[in-house]
Amino acid sequence: MSGVLHQVLSGLATGSIYASLALALVMIYKTTHHVNFAQGEMATFSTFIAWSLIEAGFSYWVAFLLAVAVSFVIGLAIQALLMRRLANAHVLSAVGVFIGLLLIFNSISGWIFGYTVKAFPSPFESGNEKPVLGGYLSAHELGASLVTLAVLLAVYAFFRFTTLGLAMRAVAFNPQSSRLVGIRVDRMLALGWGLAAALGAIAGIMIAPIVFLDPNMMAGILLYAFAGALLGGIDNAAGAVAGGFAVGVIEALGGAYVVGTELKLTIALLSIVAVLIFKPNGVFGRHVVSRV
Amino acid sequence: MITKPGLLAQTARIPERNAIVWRGAIVFKLIGLAAAIAATFVFSGYHLFQLTMVIIYAIAILGLNIVTGYSGQISLGHGAFYAIGAYVSAILMTQYNLPYWATLPAAALVCAIVGFAIGLPALRLGGLYLALTTFALAITLPQILKYRAFEDWTGGVQGIVLAKPDAPFGLPLSADQWLYLFSLAVGVVAFVLARNLLAGRIGRAMRAVRDHPIAAEAMGVHLALLKTKTFAVSALFTGVAGALGAIAVQYVAPDSFSVFLSIVLFVGLVVGGVASVAGAVFGAAFVVYMPNVAEKISKAAPDAIYGIILIAILFFAPSGVAGALARIAERVRGKDRFKDGIPLQGGTR
Amino acid sequence: MLTSAAEPMPPLLEARGLKAAYGPSTVLHGIDFAIDEGEVCCLLGANGAGKTTTLRAICGMVRTEGEIRFCGERIDGRATEDIVRRRIAHVPDGRGTFMELTVEENLRLGAYLRPTAEIPAALAEVYEYFPKLRQRLRQQAGTLSGGEQQMLAIARALLLKPRLLLLDEPSFGLAPIVVEEVFALLERIKQDQRLSIFLVEQNANLALALSDRAYLLETGRVVMEGTASELAKNEAIRRAYLGF
Repeated sequence: MSGVLHQVLSGLATGSIYASLALALVMIYKTTHHVNFAQGEMATFSTFIAWSLIEAGFSYWVAFLLAVAVSFVIGLAIQALLMRRLANAHVLSAVGVFIGLLLIFNSISGWIFGYTVKAFPSPFESGNEKPVLGGYLSAHELGASLVTLAVLLAVYAFFRFTTLGLAMRAVAFNPQSSRLVGIRVDRMLALGWGLAAALGAIAGIMIAPIVFLDPNMMAGILLYAFAGALLGGIDNAAGAVAGGFAVGVIEALGGAYVVGTELKLTIALLSIVAVLIFKPNGVFGRHVVSRV
Repeated sequence: MITKPGLLAQTARIPERNAIVWRGAIVFKLIGLAAAIAATFVFSGYHLFQLTMVIIYAIAILGLNIVTGYSGQISLGHGAFYAIGAYVSAILMTQYNLPYWATLPAAALVCAIVGFAIGLPALRLGGLYLALTTFALAITLPQILKYRAFEDWTGGVQGIVLAKPDAPFGLPLSADQWLYLFSLAVGVVAFVLARNLLAGRIGRAMRAVRDHPIAAEAMGVHLALLKTKTFAVSALFTGVAGALGAIAVQYVAPDSFSVFLSIVLFVGLVVGGVASVAGAVFGAAFVVYMPNVAEKISKAAPDAIYGIILIAILFFAPSGVAGALARIAERVRGKDRFKDGIPLQGGTR
Repeated sequence: MLTSAAEPMPPLLEARGLKAAYGPSTVLHGIDFAIDEGEVCCLLGANGAGKTTTLRAICGMVRTEGEIRFCGERIDGRATEDIVRRRIAHVPDGRGTFMELTVEENLRLGAYLRPTAEIPAALAEVYEYFPKLRQRLRQQAGTLSGGEQQMLAIARALLLKPRLLLLDEPSFGLAPIVVEEVFALLERIKQDQRLSIFLVEQNANLALALSDRAYLLETGRVVMEGTASELAKNEAIRRAYLGF
């Protein structure tokens, strides 16, 4: 029984990271109806920025904040340079551009930082701590999930209580009406991209000590985020967060008791297929009229 | 080797031009085929191998084109079908001692079934769901191929090494030459089949679904089933290409079939031209020869070049190489502009 | 009505040779109109005459040719956001409320361009006109009745503190008794604030009663203009639009 509890807690810990990446995907989806296939590679690139800053002697949290800030700017730039022009694009063009970005970020990560697998430091462990919470979680797992939870709460508060957050939600629901109350829609979309990139960066930096850092680090993580987003309903931010946690737990339990760790990605694939078969709008998603 | 794109659609539209255009097309095709056969004896070694790979990728991209270009659905995981085809072929050859040519139908069948199974849940929903699911499949597949329980068949991480087939009937051809001609023959059959499929009733229904899904449904087209069947056919073509690829490379291993294979096929599709049968050949040539060029441009980040080209084409030449050529041809003949591609811009709002 | 003989004051809004098109189909074939400060002006016409397009053209929501001036300055070709920032409020067809957001959030968005300090007073003023909205602040806008949604849309527009209010068919889809309520409110707002309004309306009776002046639009051309009472007396208008 304690084994199960251990897996559930550890699943929730990684789930918090999937949740923040899923939230990033949903933020972009809600405002643009595009799925950012490059989200994972962008996050990897951000993690490399943090890594090189730490290597250069910056303290962990300074590097963390700088990397998140740089990622935010990269997100803004992508919206301003590419996505703005794709506002009315055919879905194929949009997917193509995302794939192009995926290639570019993956390639540049490998080029600048190398393809060797790197250990990434954790601010919560110095190497010899005992597991916390009665041995159920590693210090990093606990720390990372607390950071991610704090970030998720901050994002919630931002959208719920600030005028800027309200304006961004308004743009997601109805860009035309948003213009009519004087909101600068393109700026809000850019801000959304920036936030999504920053969330991705945080997810990358938090997961890196667990999965180790290399240019392809996030491919699998992105899959879990997809699964989480679909499970929660791709147009439902809160649902996607819950879905991310759920997928984390499913992964941990499935990996430990059903298929073994070697086939963990298959769990993500099967979750996606299962959601599409049984709950195509997600567990928390609104009923969506089929977009043919 | 290449005929004018969009030709078939025109012959269907303008019957009085039929005879002239048709004769022109035949001549073009014969010249192309003759040139392709002659290449067997002009090139050798690595260059001939590269040409073989162009044919193989052309078949794979043709498969992708059937689903993306003609039914408007996006697959980011066709590399998975290529991989499955390759593995079916390799396993049948090594474990069951089947002759290489006999493995192609088996690969086709398996991929069609897997395609149907993957397509069924995703295609009910339309939009981005197929892209998401296939992308997930492409990322997951290497892990499945490495799985220890399947090791007896798949060879695990090590993969399977295959023998190169010799020319049959005592033909005076090297193994490379024979492999090239064999691939060419399969390729010709695949392209003829695809053309007939796309020009016929099914192809019309597919285009109707792509362009006017609601009207198509109102006219009695069973949307989800047609899309799923289309996807299965598309997986079948790419699976055959994978089987040929395994025979040509004489080796299959999980890491040769990462998600990047799927992405490369997608890039080939966009570069060659979506919804253009001939575009598949351009796309394949791009995929095979581009790595050399990309490495010359940037030794450090060759994949970035792919990404940049992909984005540039989507912004500036969304109908790809085939579309650009067709537009030039149309302009020379002073006719309507190429209309079969998917436009970059969708609705006005 | 000139303020001084030498310098005639420019109209609040003036359009000259205004053309508009959706893709290949031209909807407005070069129309002229002007609205003075403090004036309520209505645009009458049958379905498809181009009334909604005229309002959309003012707000930069369609491609246009010709000149549009607001307070003497060109605004044609500018982004909708910039035009709105000159305090032109637009209640579009279909009302343009944010269905998924609450009434309160809709109102907060209406006051998006107002300085934070002014917002409480502005909200209080709006609640005075629309007391019902105050009771439904937490409710999703999409769950309001049609009349309440129209009230919310007008309230949202008023929160901009507009110099010109564009109203697109405020009577659309509402029960007659609700329509009367809406127009009574508009009359009150007009009296209280001397607000300039450009009104598009199918219901010519109500529109002319509220308006000072009117334009009649037919297939993208202005075919008649005059004071509201002139148009109300006009035989052709009466037969075609007033129904008596």
